[in-house]
This record gives sequence, C-alpha cells and structure tokens, in this order.
Amino acid sequence: MSTQAAIRVKGLTKSFKDVDVLRGVDFDVEAGSIFALLGSNGAGKTTVVNILSTLLKAGAGTAVVNGFDVATQAAHVRESISLTGQFAAVDEILTGRENLVLVARLRHLKNPGAIADDLLARFALTDAANRRGSTYSGGMRRRLDIAMSLIGNPPIIFLDEPTTGLDPEGRIEVWQTVKQLAGHGTTVLLTTQYLDEAEQLADRIAILHKGTIIQNGTLAQLKQLLPVATVEYVEKQPSLEDVFLALVGDTATTGTTAEYRIDSSVTTRKDIR
Amino acid sequence: MSAHVIADTSVLTGRSLRHILRSPDTIITTVVTPIALMLLFVYVLGGAIHTGSSQSYVNYLLPGILLITIASGVAYTAYRLFLDLQGGIFERFASMPIARSSVLWAHVFTSLAANVVSVTVVIGVALIMGFRTGASFSAWLAVAGMLILFILALTWLAVIAGLSAKTVDGASAFSYPLIFLPFISSAFVPTSSMPGPVAWFAENQPVTSIVNTIRALFAQQPIGSDIWVALGWFLGILVVAYTFAIASYRHKIS
Repeated sequence: MSTQAAIRVKGLTKSFKDVDVLRGVDFDVEAGSIFALLGSNGAGKTTVVNILSTLLKAGAGTAVVNGFDVATQAAHVRESISLTGQFAAVDEILTGRENLVLVARLRHLKNPGAIADDLLARFALTDAANRRGSTYSGGMRRRLDIAMSLIGNPPIIFLDEPTTGLDPEGRIEVWQTVKQLAGHGTTVLLTTQYLDEAEQLADRIAILHKGTIIQNGTLAQLKQLLPVATVEYVEKQPSLEDVFLALVGDTATTGTTAEYRIDSSVTTRKDIR
Repeated sequence: MSAHVIADTSVLTGRSLRHILRSPDTIITTVVTPIALMLLFVYVLGGAIHTGSSQSYVNYLLPGILLITIASGVAYTAYRLFLDLQGGIFERFASMPIARSSVLWAHVFTSLAANVVSVTVVIGVALIMGFRTGASFSAWLAVAGMLILFILALTWLAVIAGLSAKTVDGASAFSYPLIFLPFISSAFVPTSSMPGPVAWFAENQPVTSIVNTIRALFAQQPIGSDIWVALGWFLGILVVAYTFAIASYRHKIS
C-alpha cells in the first residue's frame, strides 16, 4: 500500500434535486499522508466524505478507497475506513468507556475492554472513563469520537470538520491527535474551512470550491501560486489565541479537567433533548 | 457481513436497553397515562357504563388500556431512533462494517422489551384494582402473542416516524391518533351504543377485533372470528409498515 494511492477519486458528481453539489471532483490521496479538503460552507466537502464512506451514492464518477470501489465493494470499503462525522458521534447516555467497548464489539474484536482502556489512556480520558458522554466538554467529546474511529486500526480515516465548534484548546488537542495518527501510518482525509488548520496539518491541500477542486498541491506549491512575496517589516504582535492560551495556561494533554464550554454546537444539540 | 447480523443486533440492542435502564422515566411516562385512564374509567365513569356483560368493568376495560399503553410506548422508539439520526451515531454505524439491518432491529427489540415491561406494570395495577381472570396458561400465552404482535406492528410504524421526522415532536406525534383509536372501539363501551356511522367505524377498525379477542381470552369465552380479523390486521400493518420502514431506511443510508 505504501506507494499506492489510498484514495482515488475521478469525475465525482452529485446532485440533490436540482442543485449540483459536486461537479466533477478529482483527487488522489497518498497512503500514510494527511490530505485536507479545504472549502467554505456548502462547497461540498461533507458530500465528498459521505460518498467515500459509503453513506451516499455518487451521481457519476468513481471513487476507490483502499483499492475498493465505493459503489460496488461498499462492504470492503467499510472494513477499511472510519468516519468521524461533522457531529461528534458519541452516545451521550453511555460512558466514555462503554462507547469504546460498543464500537470494539461492533468491529468484532477480541478483548473490547482492554482496547477501550488502552484508548482511554492514549487520549487522556482515563479519569473520565466512567462518566456519561453528555458530561464531556467539546474537546473531550471529539477526542472520544476520534478514539472510537481508531478501534480496529482502519488504514484510512475521514475527519469531517473535526475542529468546528471547538474552543482553541480543543482544537489543538485534535491537531495533536491527527498528527499522531499520520505518524502511525494512517491515511487521513480531513475537511476543514479553516485555512490555518489545513496549513498546520496537511501534507497536501485541495481547495474545493462550488463543487470542483480548483487547486491541489502541497502548501509550498499553493504558496507559489501567489505573487512573489514582498518583504515588509511588521511588528510581531501576539495573536488573541496566543494570549488566550497563555492566560488559561492549560495544555491540550491535560484537557481532562477542562469543564467549561465555549462550544455552541454541542450545547445546542443537548438542548434538543 | 451478514454472518454478524445476530451478534451486531444483540450488541446494539444492549446499547439501547441500557438507554432505557438509565432513563426509567420513559417507562414511567409510558404507563402513567394508561393507569390514569384506567382509574378514571373504573372509578369515575365506569359506574354509568353498561357493558352488557356480567364481568367487572376493569375486566372489560383492561384490553383497551393495554393497547393504549403500547401505542404510547412505541412513541419512544421513534424518539430514540430520531435522536440517533440527529446525533451522528447513525452515520457512524452506517459507515462501519456491521450488518446494516441490525441498527433497526436493535430498536425494534428494545421497543419490544420496554413495552413488555410497561404492559406488565399496567396489568399489575389492574390486578390491584380488582382485575381477575381464570384464563389458562395457554390463554395467557395467546394474549401475550397478540400483544407482542401489536407491539411489533406499531413499532415498525414508529420506525417510519423516527426515520422521516424532521423534529423531535414530529417523531412522536404519530402516536397520538394511535392512542386515540381505542376510544372509538369496543375498548371502553360496546359499539352497539354508538350512532350508526361511528359504530360502523368502530367495528371495522383494528382495535375492536384485538380488544374483543383479548377480552374473550381473559373471560374464557369463545373467541369467534375476531381473532382472524385481528391477525389479518396485524399481518397487514406489519407488512406495510415494515416495507415502508425498510424503504425509508434504504433511502436514508444511501
């Protein structure tokens, strides 16, 4: 697999009623790399991810994941991937540990308990293992969500806007997790609307705009597309993020104690209940 | 894949049963309304109702109350399914190498378990209120079979509601007419006391035949043709609801 493309997408289209969401998307993702699909809201990022993870059928074109066609070999594709969707897919009534055990059992693995304990430790969630998912902060919830996706070691992971709605600390926690994943040889396809996120994480970035890929390259290649850099002297001010993180003083690895939330998406979804 | 249907279904059923154990209020709210209706009808209105039979009114009433219990219980199935869809965990399951139908079956089995508990609670209260039956073990089995078929039929309707709802309220709203249906049946008063068109509707809607069958089984009386009508309704509702539920589920996952 090392030299082969882990994901191969050619001429992918998708329409919902009269709206053409995807109008011929092409890209390849090299095995073991982090690939960012960058685009604004409504660009079609989630549609691409849902087609690749067999949740949606494409209108036309082909998509091959881990050597399997998503249309004709969906079952094999599902064996090869894990999806971390836009909303943290955590069972709120089950505890963190029970969530992990559930997925391990659904993947028909031996020793689901041991797998769960191992992941809880890896994601600094051991202290929160026996608390219900609904009590987790946004960052913890995302980490649990990603931990659930790692069970069974799928070679390819899709992360759909993994940091949307997270506070700055939660975001950094997720970034560290994603980097570790790629370090272990997992292929990561992530979608994001944040430029800095793509810049921080991705080996290769494709810009999805109005249903097509308008640029695809490494960060360096994309930067070359712009006019030659001019040298200006600008006083380096700390960004608000630097200030916030310095004041709060916590680092991501000890995020288990973070109880407060700035996260809006998580709280509103709780309000439904 | 399909070799895992049973294992996956049991894992997922365990999950949603745990949901019920951790929010027993879903069982309590399910049984409160039927018990309140039973108290109201037996102790307030019942004295003025002439059923034309020699048995006590609570005996007459119980079958209909059990159907109301089930109709309000299945609303929670729609609700839980809707929450799974909303929360994204449904997409997680659909993108995993698990037998796809197991996601729905798990909710169906959970509904069955929860409703059996609710029905048992309501029967317990009825016994306290003076419900008595000399029904044999096999008659009880027949009653249980009828109720289980009723739960399954309504649960598959609930699955359609849960899959197609746009809001939480919409997910459970489908159960209101089902809860109301026993009122226009032989559940509370004999249909012969109703004006012509109403009586016609009451006699030809599913609840009457089911109620009459269960009542006859409890009273150790001959069942007559009602049981075949009831079974026909069960089968019809089950087949139609199941077909639509599966179609709506297929539409949802791809």
